[in-house]
Amino acid sequence: MFANCLDRLRALLLSVLLLSCFALPALAGPFEDSVAKFANDEFSDTEAAIGEVASSGNPLASPIISALQDGRLSADPDSKKVFITKTDGSIIDAATGAAVDKLPDNAAAVRLNNRLRRTVEAALGGLTLLSPDPAKRLAAAQSVFKSHEESLLPTVDNALAKETVKSIKQAFAEARAAIILFKSDATDSDKLDAIAVVKSRGDQEALALLSDLGTDQPPLVAKAAASAISSIQSNLAMWSMVQNAWYGLSLGSVLLLAAIGLAITFGVMGVINMAHGEMVMLGAYTTFVVQEVIRARYPGLFDYSLLIAVPLAFVVAGAVGVVIERTIIRFLYGRPLETLLATWGLSLVLQQAVRTLFGPTNREVGNPSWMSGAFDLGQITITYNRLWILCFTLAVFAILLAMLRYTALGLEMRAVTQNRRMAASMGIATSRVDALTFGLGSGIAGIAGVALSQIDNVSPNLGQSYIIDSFMVVVFGGVGNLWGTLVGAFTLGIANKFLEPVAGAVLGKIAILVLIILFIQKRPRGLFALKGRAVEA
Amino acid sequence: MLTQLTHAITTMTRRRALAATAGLVLGLAASSPFSPALAADDTIKVGILHSLSGTMAISETTLKDTILFLIDEQNKKGGVLGKKLEAVVVDPASNWPLFAEKARELITKDKVAVVFGCWTSVSRKSVLPVFKELNNILFYPVQYEGEESERNVFYTGAAPNQQAIPAVDYLMKEEKVKRWVLAGTDYVYPRTTNKILEAYLKSKGVAQDDIMINYTPFGHSDWQTIVADIKKFGSAGKKTAVVSTINGDANVPFYKELGNQGIKATDIPVVAFSVGEEELAGLDTKPLVGHLAAWNYFESIKTPANEKFIKEWQAYTKNPKRTTNDPMEAHYIGFNMWVKAVEKVKSTDPDKVIDALPGIEAPNLTGGVSKMLPNHHITKPVFIGEIKADGQFDVVWKTPGLVPGDAWSKELEGSKDLIGDWVGKKCGNWNTKTNKCGGQGS
Repeated sequence: MFANCLDRLRALLLSVLLLSCFALPALAGPFEDSVAKFANDEFSDTEAAIGEVASSGNPLASPIISALQDGRLSADPDSKKVFITKTDGSIIDAATGAAVDKLPDNAAAVRLNNRLRRTVEAALGGLTLLSPDPAKRLAAAQSVFKSHEESLLPTVDNALAKETVKSIKQAFAEARAAIILFKSDATDSDKLDAIAVVKSRGDQEALALLSDLGTDQPPLVAKAAASAISSIQSNLAMWSMVQNAWYGLSLGSVLLLAAIGLAITFGVMGVINMAHGEMVMLGAYTTFVVQEVIRARYPGLFDYSLLIAVPLAFVVAGAVGVVIERTIIRFLYGRPLETLLATWGLSLVLQQAVRTLFGPTNREVGNPSWMSGAFDLGQITITYNRLWILCFTLAVFAILLAMLRYTALGLEMRAVTQNRRMAASMGIATSRVDALTFGLGSGIAGIAGVALSQIDNVSPNLGQSYIIDSFMVVVFGGVGNLWGTLVGAFTLGIANKFLEPVAGAVLGKIAILVLIILFIQKRPRGLFALKGRAVEA
Repeated sequence: MLTQLTHAITTMTRRRALAATAGLVLGLAASSPFSPALAADDTIKVGILHSLSGTMAISETTLKDTILFLIDEQNKKGGVLGKKLEAVVVDPASNWPLFAEKARELITKDKVAVVFGCWTSVSRKSVLPVFKELNNILFYPVQYEGEESERNVFYTGAAPNQQAIPAVDYLMKEEKVKRWVLAGTDYVYPRTTNKILEAYLKSKGVAQDDIMINYTPFGHSDWQTIVADIKKFGSAGKKTAVVSTINGDANVPFYKELGNQGIKATDIPVVAFSVGEEELAGLDTKPLVGHLAAWNYFESIKTPANEKFIKEWQAYTKNPKRTTNDPMEAHYIGFNMWVKAVEKVKSTDPDKVIDALPGIEAPNLTGGVSKMLPNHHITKPVFIGEIKADGQFDVVWKTPGLVPGDAWSKELEGSKDLIGDWVGKKCGNWNTKTNKCGGQGS
């Protein structure tokens, strides 16, 4: 009898609806009535239905609630019948479990709002604590930690005793501690132990839980909680330094990626290329087109879409770059002001062309699965897309450096930029090298666009937001020096991210600009000035 | 300054070798199907003043199409006063001084009877003197910060009490939110709205410590620090929500960062006032399910009027996926109100129409009838929608009736005694304490 009651307690969730465990109805009728409430399309009825279904002990309860969470529970408002669409596509009647051929025409998914979503999470947490799937158990433990629902204590104890996986066992222990902390009749020593467990967890959720405890605790407990809070806070403050450094690296990698193409066209060739941002934009739109084609024709390849887009973006932006160099820029060498104006005009033309072709609204570029989400490292959250962009940027930088150093084209480029006439007399076709160099810079900007499409808008204005930052990085790092660009980008990124929490995003940006201007006064050629005759060219 | 530079550059580069490419593309862009109006007396001209290029084109292009669509529909019904309507489209190119120039051009050169236009508050402010001087009518369709009531302008978008305040009320009542992050882009609309909200929250007993205000530059794209700050602010043991007045382009990276850092709507809901169906079109909304938006219209609202409107709109644009949004509905209401007022006074004379407009009623798309008020704002229902996985909104709450728009916020010290009344008092900032016209504003 006792075991039976425990089993049922497992499902007992919402204390509002707490029925005595002996009085729980085992008949099918009330369960069907409860399920039918899902069909009323009223949030209050849905909430009642969740509570009743979750506490019914019916084997269909867990499937119903998880279907509700995933939007697979639908209801027919006329017949009041409710259906579960299983993950394999088959459909069953939620009240009886009988298979159904197809959904009625007017069946619609049962709607949720945030409050109900939390109720569902809590209910599901209680129902899946003993699930055979370790991931579900872990999620359940986390949701119990948040909801600290008192009625679940026996189930959590039971799960804790059975658990074999170490990390999940830890999560259960924390969930148990959270419940005890909020249990009105727990002893002081139990609560002190619980505080110790929560303290060792040490993250923001632990902090939230302890702060939520309230002031009406026994003095000993209140004191322990306060000291746990301050210890977690100082620990988190230390981690926040690490976090700022990581954010700085990540921002630096974005700056570097955007600036690296400009380091070639402006830094190496000396062309003030205001249309650089538009090359980035072309790369981003190439990614969009690639993803559209993949979505329409080969949906299985979606995770590889970025890998396919990288070479294509390089070719598209590079080709446009070569055309620009051949038709406009080569007539303007040595006339920086006119180059500036011409390329600025060109950037407007390119923007409007893209606006006409693709429309003025943002285009959706999806994140492949390996670039979505985040993982925790200590107490900081690292998002996959930022991590990949950092790796990608460094790879692009290394390849570019190797290319300039070890290939014939790289040698010719360096020769032409150092001394054009001498290079020409050595038989190098300088105008061809100019075109290729400009194409290379533009192509790399295109590659940057592929990566930036993952974190920013794909709209005709994409490039504009990066052009100023890119020039800042190249000038700060030292014109004509790739390493300078690298160091400059990361310095600016990290400085920005340490200033931002103190000064705010707007003032932080202004402060950085002022600092750069002061720095340029001191060192007009940037961090790493080129020495020797090349400077005079 | 930037714009002058742009001008100088475009004229200069044309002369250069660039001409070939530039001419081609500009030609493409400019070849809209509306050639300058032929001087014919049997048409009524309607001006459309929305940016078709530059940063605001993303939002405003759709509104231009909306008015063209509405004019087309009206002409099918025989036009107005027996005359066809004729659209005059100009492109102020997201350039605020150019808005004033183009407005002047529409009124003096094209002799339009009414203008539908503007999106940003600064563009509206820059055309105001022109409309006053030349005495014409502007219908402004976007939610804005309020604190204005002008004789020549009719505000069909939401005032703060028709969007921001009900949204905060919803979060307070339904989600039991105790701690508030007010995040916005650094310009006049977010700053005024946040000032109003801060005063409102404090009047509801929220402590200063429980309000965090954060501003970011236009087009801000690196949200890592701010999202982490929000997470930290939200872990103080009290239910926390973010009220976002983040504008335009900055929203996509903001929501991407929220999704990636795993901030779920069930933990810290974000309610936005500038994010609609169009903005979500550039996003994968699955990680964002449950975040909120407050508007006076959602595409997903099922009423016969709305379904008909969407169907005809998609047929007109020949795009079965084209979305609709709140400012479009505002234009729909405003356009119909203008038509009714013109038919009432049997004239397009601005003075007569301005006097006739207050009191005019026109159905909105969500099943109600909106009315033009003496302060030149309209009555609207307020809806709170949650983002769904398909990028549409699911309405989870709405006000019981229509909310009349307040030109002057009741929450702010400087404006709580002011009302706009162009019927009885003939004044946009009537002070109810001193019973005099004047005070803050013009």
